[in-house]
Amino acid sequence: MQIHDQPTLKAEARNLNFFYGEAKALKNINMPIYDKKVTALIGPSGCGKSTYLRSFNRMHDLYPGNRYEGEIRFFPDNTNLLAPEVDPIEVRMRVGMVFQKPNPFPKSIYENVAYGLRVRGENNKRVLDDKVEQALKGGALWDEVKDRLHELASNLSGGQQQRLCIARALATDPELLLFDEPTSALDPIATGAIEELVHELKKRVTILIVTHNMQQAARVSDYTAYMYLGEMIEFGKTDEIFIKPNDKRTEDYITGRMG
Amino acid sequence: MQHSTLTTEQVRALIARGKFRDTLFQAIGIIFLAIGLLVIFLLVGDMVIRGSERLNLDFFMNFASRRAANAGILSAWVGSLLVMTVTAFAAVPLGVAAGVYLEEYAKRNWVTEIIEINITNLAAVPSIVYGLLSLGIFVYAFGFGQSILTAGLTLALLILPIVIVSTREAIRAIPAMIREGSMAVGATRWQTCRYHIIPYAMPGILTGVIIGLARAIGETAPIITIGALTFIAFLPPAPFTEVSTGVNAGLFDWLMSPFTVMPIQIFNWTSRPDPAFEINAAAAGFVLMVMVLSMNGIAIWLRYKMRKNIKW
Repeated sequence: MQIHDQPTLKAEARNLNFFYGEAKALKNINMPIYDKKVTALIGPSGCGKSTYLRSFNRMHDLYPGNRYEGEIRFFPDNTNLLAPEVDPIEVRMRVGMVFQKPNPFPKSIYENVAYGLRVRGENNKRVLDDKVEQALKGGALWDEVKDRLHELASNLSGGQQQRLCIARALATDPELLLFDEPTSALDPIATGAIEELVHELKKRVTILIVTHNMQQAARVSDYTAYMYLGEMIEFGKTDEIFIKPNDKRTEDYITGRMG
Repeated sequence: MQHSTLTTEQVRALIARGKFRDTLFQAIGIIFLAIGLLVIFLLVGDMVIRGSERLNLDFFMNFASRRAANAGILSAWVGSLLVMTVTAFAAVPLGVAAGVYLEEYAKRNWVTEIIEINITNLAAVPSIVYGLLSLGIFVYAFGFGQSILTAGLTLALLILPIVIVSTREAIRAIPAMIREGSMAVGATRWQTCRYHIIPYAMPGILTGVIIGLARAIGETAPIITIGALTFIAFLPPAPFTEVSTGVNAGLFDWLMSPFTVMPIQIFNWTSRPDPAFEINAAAAGFVLMVMVLSMNGIAIWLRYKMRKNIKW
């Protein structure tokens, strides 16, 4: 694994707090996200890692009573993704997301991938065909589905559906791609395919991935952040976090004494 | 008591007793079910037998008449069909829009709560009250008269709660992850509704609409209240046909025409002293029954057909 000494910053959480109603779910998080790198978020259930992830595309705005404090700066333009004057739709157009359970739309494979483009007003069939092909290749699914693009996505296997969801997110060329435990519903072989894909994708997009599986974090990520009870306990290069964590709590979690 | 203290014989006796109760309940269930079915079969069978001598093509093609043997249901079934058309065209857009708004747009606060409680209550309002309301609003205030339009709108109000509730239920059955998946690529709320929520909810919505229409087609009270005619020997003017010398009907003239509907025709026949009309009433009752059952059949078929492709 090659890590450049001077990675550029893609995003940065600054004094980020998050509230579900009265309950404080994220406590003063400060963390850099480096460009074209994979950053893994690990921690026990309920530690806030998914909540943190979903702040990056303002998913919390879909539900009432949620509130952010602080900033997530997005580079190179230094936009604060959480600013009230920044439309969540604008954020989601730049930040893609892949969910825990594959959630293809009950439409054709083609329409699933083309959806993000249609939402952006693209209706030219040649452009759509081309972009759909590129995205499916990016999702490592093209060879398996090129002859049945107009079949229902629900006919695909779970692993294929998840790669379809990755292709759907890739079709609109996001700058940052969020993965929320993308392999927790998949078997080991499908999981391996997704991990390989994540490794391939970081050449073109910055990736933030939540995972329950520490081996997975160690395999796919360049940087790792350990969260506990809504706090960012430790952030660093994956090798360092796993070999020599600074914080006792990180060490306990990684060595399996807790979590 | 510990299980280990039971002997094999005791355990077997215990199971036998449980199984006997199983069988007993099953038998009671079948008997009660059979009673219900029997009543329906008797009713329908009775109508078919008594009305059989009228059930021919002439019955469908004849207007009402003073002689029972010549009287038919032409104006009634045409009237019912036209009124249902108006009802569907009015209730579906209103009901679906209201349902989508309440589920996808409305903020959860006390205003929405009150609206929701009201919609549920509206479904329980006796149909004659809708008739009175329409008499005041559509017939007099809007001047629509005792027309197909008035009847269609009245019944649309009547089934609106059904359409709204079934729309909302259909929307709620769509998993949150589908909505999130759509929003996550940068879709607006409306794009999410237009490409996902409404299409995926459509089978449920259609079922609700048809169940609503099946209820509306049998409604008598509100239609009488707004003043539908009971004896009518003409059809509403078909678009662009000649209604009087040199005058052609417009596309929507039929909307303002007087009319009658199936249940009113049946009511009219049963209230006549001449027992020969009872045969007509039985025959018309059977036809109405078939209309309602086939509407339900269509609903089931449509739901099956459309749900085949919608899986999460």
